[in-house]
Amino acid sequence: MKINPAPLLSFRGITKSFPAVLANDHIDLDIYGGEIHALLGENGAGKSTLMKILYGFYQADGGSILVNGQPVQIRSPHDARGQRIGMVFQDFILIPALTVAENIALFLSDLPFILDNDAIVSRIENISERYSLQVKPEAPVWQLSVGERQKVELLKLLLADARILILDEPTRSLAPHEVIGLFQVLANLRRDGYAVVVITHKMKEVLECADRITVMRRGKIASTLLGAEATENTLVSLMFGKAVAESPQRRGESPPEEGIPFLELKGVSTQPEGTGIGLKEINLTVRPGEIVGVAGVSGNGQRELGDVVLSIEKCARGTKYLGGQDATRWSVAQVRNSGTAFIPEDPLGMAAFPWLSVQENMAMSDVSRYARHGGLSMDWEAVRTDLQASLKRLGFQIPPFYVPLGILSGGNIQRMILAREMAHNPRLIIAFYPTRGLDVQSAVAAREVLLASRDAGAAILLISEDLEELFSLSDRLAVMLRGEIVATSAPRDITVQEIGYLMTGSKGEGAERG
Amino acid sequence: MSELLLVSIMIGAIQSGTPLLYATLSETIGERVGIINLGLEGIMLIGAVVGFVITVLTGNAALGVVAAALAGALFNMIFAFLVITRRANQLACGLALMFCGVGLSALIGAPFIGRQIEGLNAIKIPVFSDLPFFGRAFFQHDILVYLAIPTAVVIWWFLFKTRWGLSLRAVGENPTAAFAAGKNPYLLQYQVLFISGLLGGIAGAHLSLALAHNWAEWMTAGRGFFAVALVIFAKWHPLRAIAGALLFGGAISLQLQMQARGVPVSSFILDMLPYVLSLTVLVIWGRTSRSAVPGSLGRVFQGTE
Ligand SMILES: Nc1ncnc2c1ncn2[C@@H]1O[C@H](COP(=O)(O)OP(=O)(O)OP(=O)(O)O)[C@@H](O)[C@H]1O
Ligand SMILES: [Mg+2]
Repeated sequence: MKINPAPLLSFRGITKSFPAVLANDHIDLDIYGGEIHALLGENGAGKSTLMKILYGFYQADGGSILVNGQPVQIRSPHDARGQRIGMVFQDFILIPALTVAENIALFLSDLPFILDNDAIVSRIENISERYSLQVKPEAPVWQLSVGERQKVELLKLLLADARILILDEPTRSLAPHEVIGLFQVLANLRRDGYAVVVITHKMKEVLECADRITVMRRGKIASTLLGAEATENTLVSLMFGKAVAESPQRRGESPPEEGIPFLELKGVSTQPEGTGIGLKEINLTVRPGEIVGVAGVSGNGQRELGDVVLSIEKCARGTKYLGGQDATRWSVAQVRNSGTAFIPEDPLGMAAFPWLSVQENMAMSDVSRYARHGGLSMDWEAVRTDLQASLKRLGFQIPPFYVPLGILSGGNIQRMILAREMAHNPRLIIAFYPTRGLDVQSAVAAREVLLASRDAGAAILLISEDLEELFSLSDRLAVMLRGEIVATSAPRDITVQEIGYLMTGSKGEGAERG
Repeated sequence: MSELLLVSIMIGAIQSGTPLLYATLSETIGERVGIINLGLEGIMLIGAVVGFVITVLTGNAALGVVAAALAGALFNMIFAFLVITRRANQLACGLALMFCGVGLSALIGAPFIGRQIEGLNAIKIPVFSDLPFFGRAFFQHDILVYLAIPTAVVIWWFLFKTRWGLSLRAVGENPTAAFAAGKNPYLLQYQVLFISGLLGGIAGAHLSLALAHNWAEWMTAGRGFFAVALVIFAKWHPLRAIAGALLFGGAISLQLQMQARGVPVSSFILDMLPYVLSLTVLVIWGRTSRSAVPGSLGRVFQGTE
């Protein structure tokens, strides 16, 4: 590692307050060229806010930013791009109606006035090939899964010719081989003298790749350490001021093989939409008291699987049973009322209304439960009580209930969705990346609650790319590839590497080709 | 149906379709950048009256058209200031602009009521205009008619083939995302509303200078609102707008011909014809696809903190 003597970028006394919170409190921080700098901190610590200020998306209340020792005014992302600062946001801001190529072209400032679509597509294909981040340039973004969207965001930044790169939780929904690919890219950038700031909650990644690590706590810098000197324990205690409980483990004995499955899919196929993937002949059962984990590179039919179970998408062929009843033609409401909780892959897009308040969002999933006087009024007291109880069970802090959900930090939104969905003792839980964006402590709590629900008899379908999480929680594992289930196994009969190969269809090859 | 009748209906369709097309294009690009402008009727009226007055005063219809376009654009800047800078509600401001345009145009035009002008002359395309049937139907029109379809194509090209068009569509879909990509949503919206005003002014000028050859109060008679509906019909696409404008121009023309020929049907029912037709087509062809409507249409970009 070669660190230049003078910092490429310095924050001096950056302060930013939102109504009711001081998100950044006199932050001083130096970032050097040729380093990967990790930014850690619990949910709501102010990491994203600090980076959005650097990128000109927010304006600081006070303090200054220096680039190469010179104070610079960054009033908008346009100014930031002028300083060759680029950023990938945590809550993606891609435009669903435009194609991948158009979204990327929008971000590139060096394009000629008349756009040459073929040239853009081949530039995208080149770089995605080189860094093994496969995307479909012509697909409209609304058809993409979160993992694919994440890759589009990364490609945007990599093509944008930035020398200061900010990545806000870039690995949340990437498959293991994609994470490796990404870190190789980052290592190359570091060698060329670029500065890379990565925000993440995954300790392993931090310890593996970061040259220096800064921990933020409640809007302040708790400490900055050298990556080589840091250990998981020191980082965690800096983040939370105390040690965090061990991640819970799945119980030793295997689950009961008998009993009627709560969820059963028999030969289910769907019609692919546009360039999307259709399910092919899916056979899957989830019994009460069992967690079935689904591994796969995002975009291989996982989203469609969840949609089919929830009846958002119709089965073209095959049957679906819920609690022993034929539920193939049920409406979404019927599925929900049979006790199904749903933690979607894209909470802000699919499960929440950013401009409604926290408590309104809470009531939204089950309006009839809280309706009073024949629907003429709502029992907000009951909403708050339920939400509070659920948050307490998860050990999450209780945010103000009247603020719009959209202003919470990314992790806090995920916490609220979890709390809402777990509030009414669901019988079936469809959980996409349930711990995504959660800090270490919250992730442990969320896993514990999932296990407790399972022990209480819930059937759980867990969809994730975090193989470690899948292995530690699942009673059975299934691997999805191109809309099919290509393997099922008990976790103890298979290794992480084998699953990795199955997910990608071959040794280390990208999955979405062809 | 006699050939003569068919030719007159064709000519009528093209003539009444032309201002509709300019107006629809004006509204289309505005909505593509996320702004619904119900004031289009007012802009057209301003264009119509300014074009007429300048033509009367200078005797130069080309100058009239240019003045009409600029007047429409400037008038639209009032709207732009309200909805972009002052972040006012678009629907309310649009209606206010419409009423303002009705009143202002009546005031400006009052001294000129009853004046007839030559206005824009038909330009005969050599050779083609002598063709039987087609010659009269297609090749004996004024310059604004000939320019209408090329304008639609140029706008389509700008929208879908240039960086500027991509940026403005992005603003219409999600201004926050466009901002984060380094664009200036406010600037783009101002630019587009200026061009939208130019087109609205030209639409009005065609009414007073080419169709009517005089000025009458509220001579647009709802065409501005009709264009707003046509945008939806055309699914926010400039090329589909050509078909829409011709179809409804044809309906208006058919209705006029039937009235002129004393078809024994109540004239009130005939007046309804274009609208009934538009409803029918929407029912049959309706189903706006999920990506057709600009994602943040009508919403105000609040900026970031
Ligand atoms: N636009 C906003 N309006 C009001 N409050 C906001 C806004 N953006 C962030 N906040 C608040 O500022 C605090 C810091 O948020 P920030 O998004 O920076 O956290 P974070 O460290 O990125 O957390 P996470 O790990 O969950 O992403 C939070 O309390 C959040 O609710
Ligand atoms: Mg964040």
